Amino acid sequence: MTVFLLRRLMQAALVVLAMSVLVFIGVYAIGDPVEILISPDADQIERERAIQALGLDLPLWQQYLVFLVKAAQGDLGNSFVFNEPALQLILQRMPATLELAVGATFFALLVGLPLGLYAGLRPNSPVSKGIMAGSILGFSLPTFWVGLMLIMVFAVQLGWLPSTGRGETVEVLGMRWSFLTWDGIQHMIMPAFNLSLFKISLVIRLTRAGVRETMLMDYVKFARAKGLSPARVTFVHVFKNILIPVVTVVGLEFGGTIAFSVVTESVFAWPGMGKLIIDSINVLDRPVIVAYLMIIVLMFITINLIVDLTYSVLDPRVRLETRS
Amino acid sequence: MSAPTLEVRDLRTHFFTRAGVVKAVDGVSFTVERGKVLGLVGESGSGKSVTGFSIIGLVDPPGRIVGGQILFKGKDLATLSEREMRDLRGNRIAMIFQDPMMTLNPVLRIDTQMIETVLAHAKVSREEARQRARDALGQVGIPSPEERLKAYPHQFSGGMRQRVAIAIALLHKPDLIIADEPTTALDVTIQGQILAEAQKLCSNFGTSLIWITHDLSVVAGLADDIAVMYAGKVVEEGPVGQVLDAPLHPYTVGLIGSVPSRNHRGQPLRQIPGMTPSLLNLPSGCAFRSRCPRAEPNCAEPPPMAEYRTAQSARCIHPHLEEAVAA
Amino acid sequence: MSTTTAPLGAAAPAAPKVETPFRRFVSEFASSRLALFGLVVITLIALVAIFAPWIAPQNPYDLAQLDIMDGRMEPGTVGGAGFTYWLGTDDQGRDMLSGIMYGLRISLSVGAGSAIIACLVGASLGMIAAYAGGRTDSLIMRLVDLQLSFPAILAALMILAFLGKGILNVVIALVIVEWAYYARTVRGSALVERRREYIEAAQCLALPTRRIIFRHLLPNCLPPLIVVATMQVARAIALEATLSFLGLGVPITEPSLGLLIANGYEYMLSGKYWISFYPGIALLITIVSINLVGDQLRDVLNPRLKK
Repeated sequence: MTVFLLRRLMQAALVVLAMSVLVFIGVYAIGDPVEILISPDADQIERERAIQALGLDLPLWQQYLVFLVKAAQGDLGNSFVFNEPALQLILQRMPATLELAVGATFFALLVGLPLGLYAGLRPNSPVSKGIMAGSILGFSLPTFWVGLMLIMVFAVQLGWLPSTGRGETVEVLGMRWSFLTWDGIQHMIMPAFNLSLFKISLVIRLTRAGVRETMLMDYVKFARAKGLSPARVTFVHVFKNILIPVVTVVGLEFGGTIAFSVVTESVFAWPGMGKLIIDSINVLDRPVIVAYLMIIVLMFITINLIVDLTYSVLDPRVRLETRS
Repeated sequence: MSAPTLEVRDLRTHFFTRAGVVKAVDGVSFTVERGKVLGLVGESGSGKSVTGFSIIGLVDPPGRIVGGQILFKGKDLATLSEREMRDLRGNRIAMIFQDPMMTLNPVLRIDTQMIETVLAHAKVSREEARQRARDALGQVGIPSPEERLKAYPHQFSGGMRQRVAIAIALLHKPDLIIADEPTTALDVTIQGQILAEAQKLCSNFGTSLIWITHDLSVVAGLADDIAVMYAGKVVEEGPVGQVLDAPLHPYTVGLIGSVPSRNHRGQPLRQIPGMTPSLLNLPSGCAFRSRCPRAEPNCAEPPPMAEYRTAQSARCIHPHLEEAVAA
Repeated sequence: MSTTTAPLGAAAPAAPKVETPFRRFVSEFASSRLALFGLVVITLIALVAIFAPWIAPQNPYDLAQLDIMDGRMEPGTVGGAGFTYWLGTDDQGRDMLSGIMYGLRISLSVGAGSAIIACLVGASLGMIAAYAGGRTDSLIMRLVDLQLSFPAILAALMILAFLGKGILNVVIALVIVEWAYYARTVRGSALVERRREYIEAAQCLALPTRRIIFRHLLPNCLPPLIVVATMQVARAIALEATLSFLGLGVPITEPSLGLLIANGYEYMLSGKYWISFYPGIALLITIVSINLVGDQLRDVLNPRLKK
């Protein structure tokens, strides 16, 4: 187990390193580095001073090393707009984005699993056909437009839910979370659901395919031959087997969900990392863009690692192989 | 004389596929008495597995039982509701499948899979169920059953897994066990052990056993009676010693003749020429007609099952009535 | 080719209808009414997009035709000049229906255009990887894996952040995001086909490598490629719409459907839904019909499902 972890950590370190090179090249080499790092309103003297201070007169590889050292210490530069450390800005907004992403995953599993299960167990019923047609709609609908329509129907016309923004927050572990307040939850429902649409379709299709495949397996027939109730056969024997691929995919998709939250956050004016990055791109606040990229890469790697570990917990065949 | 454990009368199970109707089982009849072993023998596609599934009621669409009776201790299983069948399955009638790797759920522990079987048919505590599972494992000769219970199927060897499957089948001391090629996937030495276990258990508990196989040598050592199937019908049946020493039906003769141990070194192995006909369009009359060295024009009429010797019947109009088959 | 001559006076029997693979494909495809419906719809949409300048009631980008007083009118109102705005107007007084028709042009051309370019790039790289093998293959596949593990929206955002806005940059970003799917698909089927005998035969004839790849290998890798391409066009259209909505896509002067939707965002809260609603419907119908066609194509062209 420790060997496995060590190997993965080393791989992770390599990927982060590679990513840092790419980002570095993107920021420093493509485009004018002076433009990128120094606020466009600085005058000539300030510029020269800044150039020296930032070490932009050094050769490229030296600049990269400086960048790396600073990054390791957590200093990814200051935002032009807010004049605060970029890293801090992003971390402040991370809880909001995480809330949405987790909420979306929760919806996806809550809605997608039962629907997919039904569609798999009774594939020819009209309800199942409806579910499958709905799933096509789920991944065809442009998320941002659906978000707009949700606001229009539920906030503007019906007035049931607040239209934009995040609700009241409560501080836990030094971070502000809104899912612990009712007002927060009310604000969360629409954006989380909007973000989950694509995943719901994915989960429905995966679950259905898994169920249809598993039902043909001998062990299902054997379970029936033992006289077990259909409920037990479905929910214990079949379900546990399909859970593995579904959870794996959903887990791997979690990173994608976080990335895609940029859209939902823009529609619902949700103050998360995604909205920050869009705003930053629009005003060319490049330190924030760089910091965001590095954080995202780190998150992806962590997510992948967690998914792999979860997989070995769920599937006993894998677990014991890594041990031996 | 009490009613036989199982009496199958003219069972028909057809599969309604897009390509046509596959008459997998087309008029099969046999009887299994209490504590006896019936060997159900045939090649792939002869309908023997489907017969087994029909008895226990696990024929999946597009197949279904279209006719006949399955009298289990006098009650016709074909008329029972799904609920009633479920009460019988794993309880009074148990089944063992061919590939033990795929019959045990790979993500559930052995104790889970055994305890659930106990609890499905007996209202006992979990601890009691666990005890029964442990005893059952011990009965089939699995060492240190307590540890084994906590294991997963892939940690067992093939032979062990099959023993677990047998243990599961025996949990409720069923009246009938249907074993569908249970030793085909195993080594010959393990096979012998399993066969011995099965025989012992049947004689101890009075369980009837239907042993489905394509391997005649297995049947020879184990079964009391044998029924040979071809293309969905029983073509010969009788006490095993009688049938194997003096087979009536040309197909049985061919089967016995093609067993390697019966052949002589240096001479080409005897085979039955031709191939099993497709069950989608069987030739009219005797299905073995196209491969039979004794075929004649009358074979175009479906031959009836006739008792040519005491307790031995064959579905043929010109069976081998010589005393013994020439080696 | 018949060599027997019919007897005089007798009518020649009708020649049997030849079932070419293409005919079989068409009939299998047509077995799904939903897919046929999708095909019809997308064809209509494409026609509308192509002929928009001629069939749109108004040219929404000709400022002379606009009347700002007609702004933000509800669908169905008749404007100052007696002109009916069937789907309402936006804040500048532009007719939504015409705006949608012109918007379709941009959306479809950017989406389909980038998909085609990505297909050419990706398929070529995939072929080369499969045929060359060894280090080239490893290198290309590493790039593919890297590209695919990164979420599309993020990659596109980053690329546009560094390149800036504009139609060309959007196309470049989309191509960079999409090529990997084609490369992986083509490489997969090329690896399988490469071992087939007709390739060996071509090699024995000492045909030049380029010819073998493009004239012999490629046509047999087409079926999965077609499926992927269809789905990718839908994805590209959706992605471009999302990027434009976020303000990082096409410029205001050539608005795609995504940008039209963005324009209507601020009016949502005051109940003027039509400015965002109808372009969204148009986008939705386009994407759904392409996906319906693609789904059926996948079922028809998938060799595993053939019995």
